Amino acid sequence: MPPLDPLPLAASASNLLAAREQMAFTLGFHIVLSCLGVALPATILVANYIGLKKGDEAAIELAKRWSKAMAVTFAVGAVTGTVLTFEFGLLWPHFEQRFGAAFGVAFAIEGIFFFLEAIFLAVYIYGWKRLSGWAHFWSGVPMFVTGIGGAFAVVAANSWMNQPQGFTLDAAGKVVDVEPLKVLFNPATPYEVPHMILAAYMVVGFLVASIYATGMLKGRRDRLHRLGLLIPLTIGLIATPIQLFVGDTAAREVADHQPAKFAGMECIQETGTDQTEYLGGICTHHGVEGAIGIPGLDSFLVGFSTHTKVTGLNSIPADERPPANTLLHLAFDAMVGIGTGLLALGAWFAFAWWKRRDIPQTPWFLRIVALTGAAAILALWCGWIVTEVGRQPWIVQGYMRTSEAVTEAGGIWFTLALVLLLYATIGTIAILVLRSMSRRWREGGADPEAGAPYAPATEAPS
Amino acid sequence: MSKADAAAGILWVGATFYALFGGADFGGGVWDLVAGGPERGERPRALIQRSLTPVWEANHVWLIFVLVVLWTAFPEAFSAIFTTLYVPLTLAALGIVLRGSGFAFRKSIEGLQGRRAMGAAFAVSSLVTPFFMGTVVGAIAAGHVPAQGDGDAFSTWLAPLPLLIGAMFVATSAYLAGVFLVGDARRGGDEEMERYFERRALGAGVVAGALAVAGLVALHSEARYVFDRLTSQGLPLVVLSLLCGAALLVVLRRGGRRPLRPLAAAAVVAVIWGWGIAQFPYLLPTSLRIDQAAAPDPTLTIVFIVFAVAAVLVLPSLGLLYTLAQRDLLESEH
Repeated sequence: MPPLDPLPLAASASNLLAAREQMAFTLGFHIVLSCLGVALPATILVANYIGLKKGDEAAIELAKRWSKAMAVTFAVGAVTGTVLTFEFGLLWPHFEQRFGAAFGVAFAIEGIFFFLEAIFLAVYIYGWKRLSGWAHFWSGVPMFVTGIGGAFAVVAANSWMNQPQGFTLDAAGKVVDVEPLKVLFNPATPYEVPHMILAAYMVVGFLVASIYATGMLKGRRDRLHRLGLLIPLTIGLIATPIQLFVGDTAAREVADHQPAKFAGMECIQETGTDQTEYLGGICTHHGVEGAIGIPGLDSFLVGFSTHTKVTGLNSIPADERPPANTLLHLAFDAMVGIGTGLLALGAWFAFAWWKRRDIPQTPWFLRIVALTGAAAILALWCGWIVTEVGRQPWIVQGYMRTSEAVTEAGGIWFTLALVLLLYATIGTIAILVLRSMSRRWREGGADPEAGAPYAPATEAPS
Repeated sequence: MSKADAAAGILWVGATFYALFGGADFGGGVWDLVAGGPERGERPRALIQRSLTPVWEANHVWLIFVLVVLWTAFPEAFSAIFTTLYVPLTLAALGIVLRGSGFAFRKSIEGLQGRRAMGAAFAVSSLVTPFFMGTVVGAIAAGHVPAQGDGDAFSTWLAPLPLLIGAMFVATSAYLAGVFLVGDARRGGDEEMERYFERRALGAGVVAGALAVAGLVALHSEARYVFDRLTSQGLPLVVLSLLCGAALLVVLRRGGRRPLRPLAAAAVVAVIWGWGIAQFPYLLPTSLRIDQAAAPDPTLTIVFIVFAVAAVLVLPSLGLLYTLAQRDLLESEH
């Protein structure tokens, strides 16, 4: 196994590692919340719609509860997203300095979507009591549109980092001309953007479903739990087959345009035809150890023929190979594996529903659904590891190395430690808060939100 | 006016909105911090909570807008600022996280202890965050940020002018919040809270004014270029700000029911644009001019389009949100 990031022991190299870890950690934290921001509105609106259309009080109650939970997750998402904005300057100032004029465009557009989402989310979340049913429902529809628009803009920026285009550099490497549409609609946009939006719907669908599956396993089998399971599970299961198709296309595009990343994630050492597809295992310079190998399959998946030539790491200059191939490879396999498992779950569910208009009766179904939330988040993280670590050593593929972008500022290890501590605390409290909200709803007890911030609940004015 | 100047104007518009509305939200946290124990602070905190809840996230987006426009339209300035002032910027970013999470958690967490801890995180970071943002602005205005970046990590902002501007940001936020909360109390027919925040707005206004005067003195010695222009080209705006501020103090002292918010907002807006005029044509006085820092033309065009879309879509939506909030159609409890 090659060592992780063979860095010289210079100060900037130490900064590079710290900055990458901090970026990875803060992005990994935020991305879960941003999935909730992208896909939870639609999930809530579906429940709201069913509730209004059929006069179903359980569906309305679900929409209310989910929007209260969203108030918490959106707040944390807004501030952790702001941290990422700061980190562009705090960790990667030279990236912005050189390319801000080119890819900043995508973030400027994202700004508009985020603005509108924040506004209509507030109107929807806090409009339950005083806005009338359908007016309230429609006030929430912009959240759904802006969530998708915002995801498009942010992921287009990331796509551009993978397949940059739409700018002209002068002799000094300064951006002198920009074609904004080419930046936004770069070759990676058509697969990265839908891949991420579908991922958001899968994360939200399975995460919410897993919470209600857990409740049902504890014997709560009322209509509220049934709907709370069915609505998000259906959304997640519809997204899954589309996602596998998009992901499969994406992998082929990566093989074409970012062969180093593809060789890293599939652990291909030697360029050639008839490449073996390895499932699992540890990457070494001589090939994969401890993996299940399927001869020719990798070539077949890339070009629908075992004769397809696939680039191996030996064709990539040593200083342009992605680091940590085992991590990349296992992350890729885990993502695909989880996706495939969820597809199978969907087939099982669809069959049972077609037979008896009900979920499968065995408790194993609920047990598995209860795990899908964590599984979907794991797959999401794995996908981002493949995208981001696989692009290394580049921050802008072919144009700028991550090591050229990193700050020379001191104290990055210190801020990393601070951020780890702060985020761990916030993450823990967020989960505790959501759990206690859920417990209060179940017990139908007094809602502490009704009182002043510090007043004991019993003395709170109504 | 060149395209680059127009882009700088957009940056200033964003900064103005953030200072007014984001600033008032921070100020709400400052008043929460000094509201006293659970019993004594119950009513002001309830009012602050009601006022902030539906709007603070939308108001916060102006900061993202400013940062994004800065790095898109003026990437060199962005990089110079962030490689020099990373210490206060990091502290401000951490403050933003604590403020937002603390505020979101405190109303939903169980137990008085938990709520007090979350409330403290919210309130303390509401004071600390604008302070560090102010030191950043002060260091830029003072000309301590070199165009090529990598200025000294500490001496650039641990200087009289940046520290004074930091304190002024806190006082101004508190002043704006005080004035806004007077209006909210009035609307709710709560005369006691109306008087409560009138007194506090008055006090914060006096402190902000005193800090502004001290800032002028520091400006005179630390940032001569900005001082000279502020007292010539920028003078009408300085005078306008003084007049609005003074008029508001008189109205507050008399305790009348005249509208306060436009005066308070005008006083703050005049200072922000006075500062802009004073450091024109520099983005980083006096090492980086606006035209030197500007991105290529097509990028600036996109920034204009984005701004136009924001004006057409975001401003009316914000108007809707504020209108609904002011008519008490949005409630944090249900």
